Amino acid sequence: MTLHAAVPKTAAETALAAAFSALSASDAAKAAFADFETRGLPTRRDEAWHYTDLRAAMKRVEPLAAVPDDRRLKAVEAVLARTPRIADVRWVLVDGRYAESLSDAPPAGVSLSLVEAPRAPETSDAVVSLNRAFARAALDVRVAANAAPPSLEILHLDGPGAIYSRVDVEVGAGAKISVLERFEGASEGTQRNGLTAVTLAEGASCDWTTIVGDEAALHLETPIVRLQRDASFRNFGLVCGGALVRRQIDVAHSGPGAKIALSGLSLIEGQRHADTTLTVRHAAPRGESREFFRHIVADEGSGVYQGKVIVDPHAQKTDGGMKSQALLLSPTAEMDNKPELEIFADDVVCGHGATVGALDPEQVFYLQSRGIPRPQAEAMLLEAFGIEAIERVADEAVADALRERLHDWLKRRAA
Amino acid sequence: MLEVKNLSVSIHGKPILEGLNLNAKAGQVAAIMGPNGSGKSTLSYVIAGKPDYEVTGGEVLLDGEDLLDLEPNARAAKGVFLAFQYPVEIPGVATMTFLKAALNAQRRAHGQGELTTPDFMRAVRGAAADLKVDPDMLKRPVNVGFSGGEKKRVEILQMALLQPRLCVLDETDSGLDIDALRVVADGVNKLRDAGRAFVVITHYQRLLDHIKPDVVHVMARGRIVKSGGAELALELERNGYRDYADAEAAA
Repeated sequence: MTLHAAVPKTAAETALAAAFSALSASDAAKAAFADFETRGLPTRRDEAWHYTDLRAAMKRVEPLAAVPDDRRLKAVEAVLARTPRIADVRWVLVDGRYAESLSDAPPAGVSLSLVEAPRAPETSDAVVSLNRAFARAALDVRVAANAAPPSLEILHLDGPGAIYSRVDVEVGAGAKISVLERFEGASEGTQRNGLTAVTLAEGASCDWTTIVGDEAALHLETPIVRLQRDASFRNFGLVCGGALVRRQIDVAHSGPGAKIALSGLSLIEGQRHADTTLTVRHAAPRGESREFFRHIVADEGSGVYQGKVIVDPHAQKTDGGMKSQALLLSPTAEMDNKPELEIFADDVVCGHGATVGALDPEQVFYLQSRGIPRPQAEAMLLEAFGIEAIERVADEAVADALRERLHDWLKRRAA
Repeated sequence: MLEVKNLSVSIHGKPILEGLNLNAKAGQVAAIMGPNGSGKSTLSYVIAGKPDYEVTGGEVLLDGEDLLDLEPNARAAKGVFLAFQYPVEIPGVATMTFLKAALNAQRRAHGQGELTTPDFMRAVRGAAADLKVDPDMLKRPVNVGFSGGEKKRVEILQMALLQPRLCVLDETDSGLDIDALRVVADGVNKLRDAGRAFVVITHYQRLLDHIKPDVVHVMARGRIVKSGGAELALELERNGYRDYADAEAAA
């Protein structure tokens, strides 16, 4: 406490306070901002932020993006017209706000509303508090029990400015959904803070794919997932853009027999920094979790993977397996790979593995010896490395889109 | 076609080849036999351009042109092919994709357009049938989960597709049973013609029962120590390599 008080505010923290005081805010938002101010921007002394010093990196604060007006929506409409659909039903958020005029009607079994004061998530963190303080009008999605609607796409199209978004999804008992969430449109003037809260009732199932594919200066994303008995949640995250990206995923089984599979692929070139930090808490028996992440780090890029799996004392028969594998393509590329297990139960099967390496020179030579030039040989091997991660995505249309992004990234690098 | 002149090569500072001389002529099969550790595989890798080796002296010429400064893919485009002793596994890359990439890369290097898919499929199916390779296997990742015999047959399949001028076979017989050996040898013999040279590296004479060599060289301690006709292989089979190892040690 005294430590926080002793640290002078950074320019960014001061700017955030000024931006907040200019808003009309609910008591909940005020409480959230007060919580942020006690914490301050996270630094490397915060264990969860050890490899991403947000306080040092966040030199400036962009002004809050305005609520999109007709002109802005018209401009987005033109972008949408040339953005191919991947899922069946598309909902669009522009600068963090749900744009009804650009979105499809919810399918049967799914309802959609805007909520001014969404409930507080269980996660506490400076970035979550900022989101609670600044985000307005959460998109609240409810999926009826046993519904199996067509596939859904949540498309964030963001312009410049500070953008806060909040999406809540409640999946009813026995319901089954497939969601693609894409972050697009952002540029170096964009600072994004997105929070997604997903709750899965008994036996519900959700396949969620996330694409971070634009060039935000700052992409902070907090998916928070809670699973009841026998529910299942799968997330795949493709990160192929953004100067500083942090996906912090917080998942907990609060019911027995739940299944979680988290996976992803990060493509990190130039001077980009991409951090994937997971907390998976097994708070009930017979849970299963699988984490599989791959990272390709080139140039002066830096990647971070922190995966923490916590098995509570009564979460017996937990089955956990975690893998994080990185390929470094240059001597200045960096990867911090930190899988962690905290096991307090005695009857569990949990394992983890983390590797960091270079492309196998034997494989490169073999391809070259058949006439394939080195850049193409390397691209083939990198594509294979990425495709093996994408294989975890069940929806073929989504997997195709992911493979295409990977292919484009490799082509851009070769050019 | 291939002239290796006074070639010296070391790896991590340790000399492996010491002043090796070798010629391989178009239309001929030159066999290289020798004890383990004599540098046979090193020679094959240096011809193909594996980067780990340091050439400390000499030349490797293909039709008078020095290969040593060329990248492995440029050597392949000039017609060099190495059938690996241990073909490399490449998870995630389907064999078919790999074959197409290799074939088209070489066509591009020769200023030709890419093959159409039907033409490519026809070529692959033909070569696969000759080498008794199940076409379904080619959907699997390169060499992953292939048996020893399958790997060697797919090496020869690649050779048949790419139509190189200089074929270097490094212990292609190792790990093959007698039937697989015959299939592989038939595949090689089918490719023999007046414009193509073969260098067949083997430890045992048995491969040479199926692929009749025109010349046999004995390699020991990093150089060719004796050359002769096909009868030299038989003599080695009877007497082993001890004479050569001793002769070298005494020298």
